[in-house]
Amino acid sequence: MVGSPVHRVSAEDAWSRSMHPDIESERHSQSFNVEELTNILDGGAQNTALRRKVESIIHSEPELSLKDNYFMTQNERYEAAIKKKFHILMLAQRLGWSEGSRELQYASRSVSGDLGFAIHHIFQKTIRSLGSEEQIAKWDPLCSKFQILGTYAQTEMGHGTYLQGLETEATYDAASQEFVVHSPTMTAIKWWPGDLGRSATHALVQAQLICSGARQGMHAFIVPIRSLDDHSPLPGITIGDIGPKMDFDHTDNGFLKLDHVRIPRENMLNRFAQVLPDGTYVKLGVPKSNYLSMVAVRVDMLLGEVLPLLQSRLRPSDPEAKVLDYQTQQQKLFPPLAMAYAFHFVANNLLEFFRHSYSSILDGDFALLPELHALSAGLKAKLSDFCTQGVEQCRRACGGHGYSKLSGLPSLLTRVTASCTYEGENTVLYLQTARFLIKSYLNTQKSPGSASKGSLPQSVAYLTAPEVARCPARTAADFLHPELYTKAWAHVAVRLIKDSVHHLQTLRQAGADEHDAWNQTTVIHVQATKAHLYYVTVKIFTEALEKLESQPAIQQVLKRLCDLYALHGILTNAGDFLHDGFLSGAQTDMARKAYLDLLPLIRKDAILLTDAFDFTDQCLNSALGCYDGHAYERLFQWAQKSPTNTEGNPAYEKYIRPLLQGRRARL
Amino acid sequence: MNQDLQKERAGASFKPELLTNVLDGSPENTRRRREIENLILKDPDFQHENLNFLSRSQRYEVAVKKSATMVEKMRKFGIADPDEIMWFKKLHMVNFVEPVGLNYSMFIPTLLNQGTTAQQEKWLHSSKGLEIIGTYAQTEMGHGTHLRGLETTATYDPETQEFILNSPTVTSIKWWPGGLGKTSNHAIVLAQLITQGKCYGLHAFIVPIRELGTHKPLPGITVGDIGPKFGYDEMDNGYLKMDNYRIPRENMLMKHAQVKPDGTYVKPLSNKLTYGTMVFIRSFLVGESARCLSKACTIAIRYSAVRHQSEIKPGEPEPQILDYQTQQYKLFPLLATAYAFQFVGAYMKETYHRINEDIGHGDLSELPELHALTAGLKAFTSWTANAGIEACRMACGGHGYSHCSGLPNIYVNFTPTCTFEGENTVMMLQTARFLMKSYDQVHSGKLVCGMVSYLNDLPSQRIQPQQVAVWPTAVDINSPDSLTEAYKLRAARLVEIAAKNLQTEVIRRKSKEVAWNLTSIDLVRASEAHCHYVAVKLFTEKVLQIQEKSIQAVLRRLCLLYSLYGISQNAGDFLQGSIMTESQITQVNERIKELLTAIRPDAVALVDAFDFQDVTLGSVLGRYDGNVYENMFEWAKKSPLNKTEVHESYKHLKSLHSKL
Repeated sequence: MVGSPVHRVSAEDAWSRSMHPDIESERHSQSFNVEELTNILDGGAQNTALRRKVESIIHSEPELSLKDNYFMTQNERYEAAIKKKFHILMLAQRLGWSEGSRELQYASRSVSGDLGFAIHHIFQKTIRSLGSEEQIAKWDPLCSKFQILGTYAQTEMGHGTYLQGLETEATYDAASQEFVVHSPTMTAIKWWPGDLGRSATHALVQAQLICSGARQGMHAFIVPIRSLDDHSPLPGITIGDIGPKMDFDHTDNGFLKLDHVRIPRENMLNRFAQVLPDGTYVKLGVPKSNYLSMVAVRVDMLLGEVLPLLQSRLRPSDPEAKVLDYQTQQQKLFPPLAMAYAFHFVANNLLEFFRHSYSSILDGDFALLPELHALSAGLKAKLSDFCTQGVEQCRRACGGHGYSKLSGLPSLLTRVTASCTYEGENTVLYLQTARFLIKSYLNTQKSPGSASKGSLPQSVAYLTAPEVARCPARTAADFLHPELYTKAWAHVAVRLIKDSVHHLQTLRQAGADEHDAWNQTTVIHVQATKAHLYYVTVKIFTEALEKLESQPAIQQVLKRLCDLYALHGILTNAGDFLHDGFLSGAQTDMARKAYLDLLPLIRKDAILLTDAFDFTDQCLNSALGCYDGHAYERLFQWAQKSPTNTEGNPAYEKYIRPLLQGRRARL
Repeated sequence: MNQDLQKERAGASFKPELLTNVLDGSPENTRRRREIENLILKDPDFQHENLNFLSRSQRYEVAVKKSATMVEKMRKFGIADPDEIMWFKKLHMVNFVEPVGLNYSMFIPTLLNQGTTAQQEKWLHSSKGLEIIGTYAQTEMGHGTHLRGLETTATYDPETQEFILNSPTVTSIKWWPGGLGKTSNHAIVLAQLITQGKCYGLHAFIVPIRELGTHKPLPGITVGDIGPKFGYDEMDNGYLKMDNYRIPRENMLMKHAQVKPDGTYVKPLSNKLTYGTMVFIRSFLVGESARCLSKACTIAIRYSAVRHQSEIKPGEPEPQILDYQTQQYKLFPLLATAYAFQFVGAYMKETYHRINEDIGHGDLSELPELHALTAGLKAFTSWTANAGIEACRMACGGHGYSHCSGLPNIYVNFTPTCTFEGENTVMMLQTARFLMKSYDQVHSGKLVCGMVSYLNDLPSQRIQPQQVAVWPTAVDINSPDSLTEAYKLRAARLVEIAAKNLQTEVIRRKSKEVAWNLTSIDLVRASEAHCHYVAVKLFTEKVLQIQEKSIQAVLRRLCLLYSLYGISQNAGDFLQGSIMTESQITQVNERIKELLTAIRPDAVALVDAFDFQDVTLGSVLGRYDGNVYENMFEWAKKSPLNKTEVHESYKHLKSLHSKL
């Protein structure tokens, strides 16, 4: 059955052999071919077939089942994640799935990323992007063969997104040709890195480099932390787990305190900077090059973590399909659905751009780095913000049952929400993009003949487009033209960017110093950046649609989602569009009418649109969201397996019984 | 004491104690509340291990133990007043989750509201002393807020004078009731009453579910825990399936409706009275929204004063993150909202007590408005608080994600408020129904009173969205009164739009239900605008009542921020309705930033005034003394995973190397 959607149904449940009639009727009349849409999302029919093949292999392995996840303690989850990773590695070896292959990506997706050693791969990637050829030759094979296990230790207890604020020090000792790595204060203790608490043998530590008495800023050092023989912490290392969190029970986020730990000079990653044996510091790249691995991680994260979470959330979670007929329910669920599709195309686009610029950066050409950095920072913030909100909205749209862990929804939320603060706190990231926007804008203001005026990077080229002061829409139907709403978003973004620059300059002219002026205007900068990112995502979505001309049915259904995505944003930010009269009140009403009329059109295809994501039941691990729609039977059966029902009730013997029986005597 | 916090407290413009008294209602209330809190804090019987390090079964056990202790202590300390009971429970439970909670909050009140004197005599005493433990089983697996959809049946058998209870389908299994899974031995079950072959709708029945003495489920009863949830680990939310389970006729609560021994059904006089319990719980939840948001603000603001990060000016020491405009913009509007909701909650409580007295005198006239208002405000405040708590958590950066911050716990235990006791969208639509009724009343020439009285002005105003200068006076953005007027106009406008769209759809669709559904987004918007107006109005009125100048000044700033922030966030409504001009919106945005700066020196004192004990906050980040980092390290070391230096799971890592 591999290759058809039927393989998604969990075979062991007797009732799964039939479909729930409500959900079957949803799939009865198809306005488009679901399989074709799935192929588009996978990037080709071959990929879909390969993914399903991998999924069927994974799901046939009992060791890789997610079934008991909701009933496990933190300890058990951790152990299970390591076991699963181990098992998948053995499978990969047996079946010849190579590192970084599609097969391994699909394998990870099919167990919902519930695997150990996620940060080990970031450790390895960072060595590849910041290490010299020699260093890569030495460490990379050790990582690939898991002869060492790595973690990436940047965040400290008192310091996060702001790299320069980190306190951990690496002082070069020319006499022994070693670095002395040290945590000078309580706040300098490394805190949060995954795989650190109980697993890793090596850490990639970000620390202030001090050589020949001068501070040279943040650099990355490979520090052995645990014995390769018995796994005990090495001398000078204090290490442990940071305790329970909202989620990520399967990951041992840890702390690391370094007490004058000595490592050889060769352990500093030196592709872009190095320390010579005598302590001379040599710089080879731009200061930003240290960000490269962070950019890479962000792009990875969007593709690997955040998006699948949003998409998987959107399965027909509420089995009472009729609830979908309520307009208020459509208002809650369809904008996130549209977002899930929008962000799919955005993530692909960003990945393409990343691949294109990454290789030139490694070769020392940094021209594209500022735009890449700005775009990845901003999009990471926007996507994780919207996904978190969208996901929580879906959870609550499922009413009370969305609160049960058996629905699979709480754990998806608690996982995606972490992405709003890790790999860069979102507000800080918006402001990084804002700086890029301001620079680009000021660039457009320079006189045409000026030498430094280059062509604008692609994502901000619209800053020079001719002004349209009024929206030309005359009817509600006009708001369904991609060109019209893309321009509307461009207009608002440009106005807000201009406005924020204007505020900044006014404060400066009034005598405020540069940094106070910046701080006093950050709220508007964030607002402007959000409008810019909305514009960017709308534009990417509309461009992706143009490429689907050969599949008109799918193009039509996706265009509705694109329209909904753009209009939903316009209506929730109506003030920004009304502000300078770009939209009139009457036009805003037209936009609202266009938006409301889209809801019933999308309603017809809603279930199919979620089917197209093609998540297996095992991977969703949700009693509510199964393909066959038999939510209630499953909920009842799963609940009975809960340890609270299978392991007796010690509280009864100890407290309830005395309460019930003893009271009369004691009163 | 952390130096930053010390400085913050020294620089405040008012005494937090005075504001605490305002929040508690009087200095005497503050004193008594603290006295009760100290009883618990000093009592060794209430000490236990940090819940975050315990498994779900262990947390449940701790909660049951505390409930048992609590019953004895409350009697010992002479705590009987409802407010005092709440203070007492709030502190000892931290999360306010207790397995026997529904016995007191639902089982006993329902018995009082719907039981006959004879029934109360029989059941009340033993349930008050926990000789029987009761719960309230309404929600079913497939059915929630819409009561008429429930499927459980109670069929009367005149031969034995018994009711036969049945769960006829999977979807009819009772699902979610708190304390049902493992703790309770009785439940008040809501079921469709069938007698003499006819169904008479939902009625309440007292059903024994576990055998006294052994606590084993009785024959015909399938009962258990529904499994792990987002939060509420301490609670054994349960399921209940009944198969031809028989109970005596006397177990139906018969104060209002009755079934005679021969099976004759006697109708109740009025069904409005059953609103009582719902209105009470919902108005309590408004206060709960305020308290939970206040807790989250306390943690986030204290931590933001302690945390130093990045730089505003190069070369200078890292500033407190509370000095960043973006951080202030995240937290201060929420702080203002927390205060607004505190006052809304206090108003709801007063109103409930006042109207309850009227009801006692047989006057039901205000009940429909109260019912509509509590539904909407419950939804409005819980939605806002839900998002606000999460925003506070994220404002704490990565550490907010650790359970040591206390914020994940507050969130997961608060968020069900959006879906229980009436799903929020359904609640908003109930309020909308009342607004539409009032609108129609005005249009048929009758005046309406209460919070909706602004609708009386509508016919004379002839709202036309595009016309400027329709409104009598320009909005003064520095006057809370004037801003209240602006919110009033917005509410009036959105109510009118919803009403007109509804009329249009009614004409086009011919079915009222379809028309209602196709207008429901507009209707929810109208309800939200109405509730927002009520919140602004109550906050404004409260500020005027305050005598003490320093307190009035600081609350006035919060009130302005609350009102202006709402305008800024909903600028489209105010612009499109020509209530405000573009340049006014620009001024609003500027004024908000000025207010952030003005509130900044008082921020810590303002959260101190909420007067939460560290135990209640359950947060390392929100500690009163601000010694965050040392305590975070200590906290983590206590984590069970750190009991051994090398974890037992090392065996997997070891074998990994040898096998690959």
